[in-house]
Amino acid sequence: MLSATAVTHGFGSVRVLEDIDFALAPGDLLGLAGPSGAGKSTLGRILAGHLSPLSGQVSIDDLPLTLRAGRPCPVQYAPQVSELSLDPRWTVDRILRNGGAPDPEALRILGIRPEWSDRFPAELSGGELARVSLARLVLPSTRYLICDEIIAPLDAISAMDMMTALRRLAERGVGILVIGHNFGLLKRSVDRVLLLQSRKLAASFD
Amino acid sequence: MLVIEGLSVRFRRHGAPPLTVLDGLDLTAPRGAVTGLCGASGAGKSLIAAAIAGTLPRNAETAGRIVVDGQAPAPGRIALAPQGLDALDPLARVGTQIARFARLAGRDVDATGLLARLGLAAEVARAWPHELSGGMARRVCLASALATGAGWLVADEPTSGLDGEAADRVMGLLGSLADEGYGLLVISHDLPRLAAVAAGITVLREGRAVETAPASAFRGGGAALSHPFARRLWQAQDVPSPC
Repeated sequence: MLSATAVTHGFGSVRVLEDIDFALAPGDLLGLAGPSGAGKSTLGRILAGHLSPLSGQVSIDDLPLTLRAGRPCPVQYAPQVSELSLDPRWTVDRILRNGGAPDPEALRILGIRPEWSDRFPAELSGGELARVSLARLVLPSTRYLICDEIIAPLDAISAMDMMTALRRLAERGVGILVIGHNFGLLKRSVDRVLLLQSRKLAASFD
Repeated sequence: MLVIEGLSVRFRRHGAPPLTVLDGLDLTAPRGAVTGLCGASGAGKSLIAAAIAGTLPRNAETAGRIVVDGQAPAPGRIALAPQGLDALDPLARVGTQIARFARLAGRDVDATGLLARLGLAAEVARAWPHELSGGMARRVCLASALATGAGWLVADEPTSGLDGEAADRVMGLLGSLADEGYGLLVISHDLPRLAAVAAGITVLREGRAVETAPASAFRGGGAALSHPFARRLWQAQDVPSPC
């Protein structure tokens, strides 16, 4: 279980998250929605250990989440802006191998085409790049995935395929949080949609 | 009028055969209207935008013709609000960047007024790009394109990452710019919002236009669409139910 307890965070004088409790179990597929600028990405980055909250803590099975050099974190964060998170001078193949040998099954589930392997990020479309950015994080050691707006750059058919792919990863035991604005698609494809608004997290009631 | 005739783009590759990504595309877009472009990921939508703006990568070879109001596309005549948020300068405040685009086009701009039209607070002008959420950064890209005062605007995924209210506002703004006489080419996956403001929409798949239809064809079950892919794409949209 990945859990956040009483997490509070802000930037300068602006409070973004206040006293947030959150839990994600292996195999869960949850959605997180909320207005633009509400702090969804901030919460996602805190859950993955990219940011330390001002107070509160993140733990896995009641042990604090710690990052160890040379070892992939069990929580991986797929960033919203994939063009800013991939080295433009690396080929797709090198990007996919960065964290370890890619799992062929995960590549297949995510629709990564073999012919992309010798291309550079600028030679993929926004939607293709988002899938590569996610696929490199699905390692055997990945137990939880935070997917930040990975559906936004996809067309509607690919977005549905992506949600199906995430469901299949969840069925393999990965706990997944999908951050997104497409409320209807989230509601149809995840177990539960949470709503982040005015610094608080709530279960959404449509 | 924006006219694209027989546009083909292929990438030269090191030690591999060239990759054709756009193949003989024809498209016309009148001024005073929103012309929509949608299609599968990887269909080449953003490459059309880059070809118009002259920002294709160096290994791209193009063929065909692009004409904007009878002339070659040029800065000041047509502006691109790109999909990639790496277009923002990480070392300049938002207001500075918007002012820079205006200055390069020889104009003055009211950056906070422009941000307000896009639903962003005046403080955003003082923010650095890393302080923006994805949805805010997207609107700043659009603001910098608008700041050039160009009569033509290419907006690549202007509502991606925006919540419903902000997306309605941005798409509505593009529609009202068309009413003011601007020419707009809008690339979007958000077909319901695009169809609400566009006159015609072209559906792209794997580098080819499969169908160009009036926006009114994108409604109900999509029976007015003739190509099966266009119909499937429309049916996959998340259209809010009327009840």
